[in-house]
Amino acid sequence: MPNMSMKKNEMPAQAPEIRNKNFQEVTLGYSTEQAIDEAQRCLNCKTKPCVSGCPVQIHIPAFIQEIVNGNFEAAYQIIAQTSSLPAVCGRVCPQESQCEKYCVRGIKGESVGIGRLERFVADWHNAQPDVKIEKPASNGHKVAIVGSGPAGLTCAGDLAKKGYDVTIFEALHLAGGVLVYGIPEFRLPKSIVQKEVNALMQLGVTIHTNAVVGKSISVDELMESGYEAIFIGSGAGLPRFMGIPGENLNGVYSANEFLTRINLMRSYQMGSNTPIMSIRKVAVVGGGNVAMDAARCAKRLGAEEVSIVYRRSETELPARKEEVEHAKEEGILFKLLSAPLEVLGDEKRFVKGLKCIAMELGEPDASGRRKPVEKPGSEFILDVDCVIAAIGTSPNPLIKSTTSGLDTQKWGGIIVNEETGQTSKKGVFAGGDAVTGAATVILAMGAGKIAAKGIDEYLMGKTQA
Amino acid sequence: MYTIQKKVELNPTVTLMEVQAPLISKKAEPGQFIILRVDEDGERIPLTIADYDREKGTITIIFQIVGATTAKLNQLKEGEAIHDFVGPLGVPTHTEGINQVAIVGGGVGCAIAYPVAKKFHELGAVVHSIVGFRTKDLVILEEEFRKVSDKYLLMTDDGSYGEKGLVTNALKGLLDAGEKYDEVVAIGPMIMMKFVSQLTKAYNIKTMVSMNPVMIDGTGMCGGCRLTVGGQTKFACVDGPEFDGHQVDFDEAMARASFYRDFERHAYDETCNLFKKEVN
Repeated sequence: MPNMSMKKNEMPAQAPEIRNKNFQEVTLGYSTEQAIDEAQRCLNCKTKPCVSGCPVQIHIPAFIQEIVNGNFEAAYQIIAQTSSLPAVCGRVCPQESQCEKYCVRGIKGESVGIGRLERFVADWHNAQPDVKIEKPASNGHKVAIVGSGPAGLTCAGDLAKKGYDVTIFEALHLAGGVLVYGIPEFRLPKSIVQKEVNALMQLGVTIHTNAVVGKSISVDELMESGYEAIFIGSGAGLPRFMGIPGENLNGVYSANEFLTRINLMRSYQMGSNTPIMSIRKVAVVGGGNVAMDAARCAKRLGAEEVSIVYRRSETELPARKEEVEHAKEEGILFKLLSAPLEVLGDEKRFVKGLKCIAMELGEPDASGRRKPVEKPGSEFILDVDCVIAAIGTSPNPLIKSTTSGLDTQKWGGIIVNEETGQTSKKGVFAGGDAVTGAATVILAMGAGKIAAKGIDEYLMGKTQA
Repeated sequence: MYTIQKKVELNPTVTLMEVQAPLISKKAEPGQFIILRVDEDGERIPLTIADYDREKGTITIIFQIVGATTAKLNQLKEGEAIHDFVGPLGVPTHTEGINQVAIVGGGVGCAIAYPVAKKFHELGAVVHSIVGFRTKDLVILEEEFRKVSDKYLLMTDDGSYGEKGLVTNALKGLLDAGEKYDEVVAIGPMIMMKFVSQLTKAYNIKTMVSMNPVMIDGTGMCGGCRLTVGGQTKFACVDGPEFDGHQVDFDEAMARASFYRDFERHAYDETCNLFKKEVN
């Protein structure tokens, strides 16, 4: 009999007042009992609407049924058929707007906690003694992957499993891309990313860190040196700033810089040589997941007061609802319907305030969201010593400017065939933020998968021809 | 492995290292930089490439010991390796169409000015080098500079070697004597680059300066190295590190360079104490 409870099993979590002072993971994961209980809420319906909501089409009801039966390894194997990074996706996917959005249980009551179950299965698998992964027999074809973020790791994994000789080129000193420099430890422990990277290496994937494609070596040179196909998953690039006076004052960070100092360089830990300013009051400009991550990191660094400054209202916040809830619980303030006008500085050019103006919502704009308009005379000053701009990125110019015959959109995104990931340049494929602009981990993984298939078909076609 | 092939102390606070980095040396050009991490917990710091040897596969860096990271770097010996070493990053020095150039170097900035002077010399341009140091003991690369310069003027603040005075005085002297330059390249402390730029603006001579701001990734991701050039925000890592000195907002850049000064001083003291403990 299915469990007909209208509500999901709650996710155990660290208490807000404790967790906002440490960097350990916020949510603790289901126990076995909770997982089985939650799995029993799935009706195993014939239509499986959840699967169509998943960018990598995990066989969701099938893995959930294995949980009901207590076959956790079997459940893991079902997920692993289509997803390369289950422990990551179970944590950072926006399930509420994907699989769970379409769950029939969600029509009356809450949908099945698919993401939480995915995480349970992946964590259970990872807690078992390591099974040596067999390196598949080589098919003799060499493929290069640019960037080791979610798109690159997924593409590499899928190709390696098919026997390709895969080499990843990573610009930073550590593999993982946004999973290591962007998403904080308390949302995605770095040991999980490392485990996924290690698994790839066991599959025979080579990873060159400190290799900036477009500088250390170009895409054309990779082709010349024997790689038959190349996947570009170089991610989003240059951070955007607000375009207001004072944004180069000391104390103004891009979210990329702030998060990189904390997540990649571990500036919050004793022994790290990378500095981060000691902050008292912080304004984070923006309302997406990155803004929430930056705000929650700032709180954990010991800031007395952290505010999200967002020009629309709560309903328009682009961040996941769960992230907004977690942020609120941890004491993050929300200055909604407020837009920054100027960063104010002291005589030493350090931030001493953020001048804002109140907004109201007018008619819907091109994005379909109601356009915020300034309320005249409503200026106010936030007392802050740090401002973090979390308002997006524009694509990195390094690869575009050094690769011949690679077509890009006007705004810089690489143009691809959506079904194969193929770019305008023969043998070169792309996916993830480098193509779409800033998006989610799972969409990047989906693009990595599509390109892996595209590369396989391209190279197999070439061999047969 | 980024092994240190050669280490020379050029003066008590400035060290030269030749580092094994074949891929980087294949591509390196004057004006570009590398980013390194000394060890596992190290911070990422940018250093401009002082020289390269494509045959030996080495990159030469010259650094002044100014903080914890450079102090740690200086502890490494020949045969030991630097943990991470990435590059070449940034845009190379623009050298086309220049027949006569003045290269102005200040202090350890001469380490970066030297490969630029050498490149211009190899391309057949007339090179006038003006270098400045606080005092005689701090002079570096004198022989090297002389070899690639048609004129070499050495200035010290205290007059203990060469002429007494600032590089701007020497440059002004040459300009007033009728020397014509297609371009001036100024590399050194920010305050020096600011005053050289002010001087050459009055003479309407294009002037390039090499900026060395705080940086993390060096590939256009973090935005920490941003500066204002001609009223626009630029990123030193991908747009620079060389910029038109007449357009750079030096006052802002100098303030930004002081961002972590207190932290740095603290970290440096800690590192020094650590070394003392190791000795005891």
